[in-house]
Amino acid sequence: MSGSKINWFKYASPQTFYPLAGRMQPWFAWAAAILAVVGMYVGFFVAPTDAQQGEVYRVIFLHVPAAWMSMFVFLVMAFWSAIGLGFGTRLSFQMAQALAPTGALFCFIALWTGSLWGKPTWGTYWVWDARLTSQLLLMFLYLAYLALANAIEDKSRGDRACAIFALVGAVNVPVIYFSVQWWSTLHQGASISMTKAPTMAATMLMGMLLMAFAAWFYTIAVALARVRLIMLERESGSAWAVQQLARGASA
Amino acid sequence: MNWESWQAFLDMGGKGPFVWGSYGVSALLLVLEVIFLKRRMAALKTRLARRRPGKEEA
Amino acid sequence: MKPRHKRFVLIGVGLALVAGASGLVLSAFRQNLVFFYTPTQVAANEAPADQTFRIGGLVEPGSIARASDGLSVRFVVTDTAKNIPVVYKGALPDLFKEGKGAVVQGKLGTDGVFVAASVLAKHDENYMPPEAKHAVDEAHKAAKTVKQ
Repeated sequence: MSGSKINWFKYASPQTFYPLAGRMQPWFAWAAAILAVVGMYVGFFVAPTDAQQGEVYRVIFLHVPAAWMSMFVFLVMAFWSAIGLGFGTRLSFQMAQALAPTGALFCFIALWTGSLWGKPTWGTYWVWDARLTSQLLLMFLYLAYLALANAIEDKSRGDRACAIFALVGAVNVPVIYFSVQWWSTLHQGASISMTKAPTMAATMLMGMLLMAFAAWFYTIAVALARVRLIMLERESGSAWAVQQLARGASA
Repeated sequence: MNWESWQAFLDMGGKGPFVWGSYGVSALLLVLEVIFLKRRMAALKTRLARRRPGKEEA
Repeated sequence: MKPRHKRFVLIGVGLALVAGASGLVLSAFRQNLVFFYTPTQVAANEAPADQTFRIGGLVEPGSIARASDGLSVRFVVTDTAKNIPVVYKGALPDLFKEGKGAVVQGKLGTDGVFVAASVLAKHDENYMPPEAKHAVDEAHKAAKTVKQ
C-alpha cells in the first residue's frame, strides 16, 4: 500500500519528472511526425473521393482530429485541475497550464478548417447553430483560461483560480459533443461514435484515426516540453533545478 | 492512385484554396508553436545560466 | 512597477473582452438552439411566422424549377409529412440537390410560399466512394421494388 504511494509521488516530484519528461518528449514528437505523414498519405492518396462532396471532404482528416483534440484537452485540463485541488500537487496544476495553449491551438484549427470546409459544401463560412456556437465558446474559454493564468501574480492563487475555471468550463465539452443530437443544427451528426458503426469508408476512417493519433502525440510532446519550461521558470532557484541546469551545461 | 497529375492534386476538384488553406494555415500554426516553445526554453536557460556564472563553468 | 501595471491593465482588458464576447456567443447560442423548423412544425404554427426564420428538410425530388431569368429558382422543402414551396433568387451551394438536405432562411408569405434570402445545403455524416454510393442506391431501389 505505502509502496505504491511512494512510487506515485516519486514521479510527481520535479527532480524525477523534469528529466523523465525530457527523455520521453522526443519519442512522442517523432511518433506524431510519422503518424501525420502516414495519415496524410492515406488521406490524400489512398482514401477515395467522397460521393457527396468530392475532393473537398479531405479537410476532414484535419478538422475532426483537431476538434476532438480541442475538446479532449479541456477535459484533461479539468482532470489535472481536480487532482491538483484534491491533493495540492503543484505538478498537476502545471500540467493543466502546459496543455492549455495547445488545446486553444487545436480549437482554432477546428474552427478555421470547419469554416473553409463549410463554404464549398454548406454554402457559408459560418452559421450560429448550436455546434458551431458552442465550439466558438470553447475558444473563448481557452482564451479566458490563458488570460487568467497570466493575470494572477501569486502563483498558488492563480493555480487554484485556473483549476476552478477549467472544472466549470469543462461543462461546455459535452454540450459541444451532443449539440448535434440535442438540437437542430446545420452541422451533421457524428460519423464515429460509441453506439453505432462508423458511417465512413474504411480507408477514410483509417486516415482520420491516424491523424487523430498524430494530434494526440503532438499534444503530449508539446505539453511535456511546455511543462518543463513552466517548472524551470517557477522553480529555477530550487535545488533540483540548479542540479538539472548544471548537468545540462556540462553535457 | 487518386490523382492523374500534380495539377489535379493541387486543384482538389476545384476546391484547392479551401483544402490547402486548411492544411497550410494549420501546419504553419503547429510549426510556429514548436519554434516559439523552443526559443522560450533556450532563452530561459541562457538567462538562468547567466545568473549563475559559477555553476556554468563547473 | 510601471510595466507590471501596464501588463495588468492589458490582461484586464483582455479578460473583459473575452467575457463580453462569451456573453454575446451565449446569447446567440440561446437564440439558435432551434436552428431551423421542419415543415411539420411550420404547419403546426410553431415557427415565428411574422419574422425571419429557417426551415430545414429535404429538397423534394423533381421539384426544382429555374425561372427564365436563370437566377430565381423554385423548389419544395419536405420532411416527407408536410411540404413548403420556396422561391429563391441567388447562387445555390454546390451540394444543393434534389433529395438532399437544405436549410432555407427567409419569410413565409401569406400565400404559403416561403421567400428565401439564403439557401444552405445540409449534408449527412456518411462518407463513401462514388461506387459504394451507387451500390447503396441500387440496393435501396431493389428493396423498394420488393416491398411493392
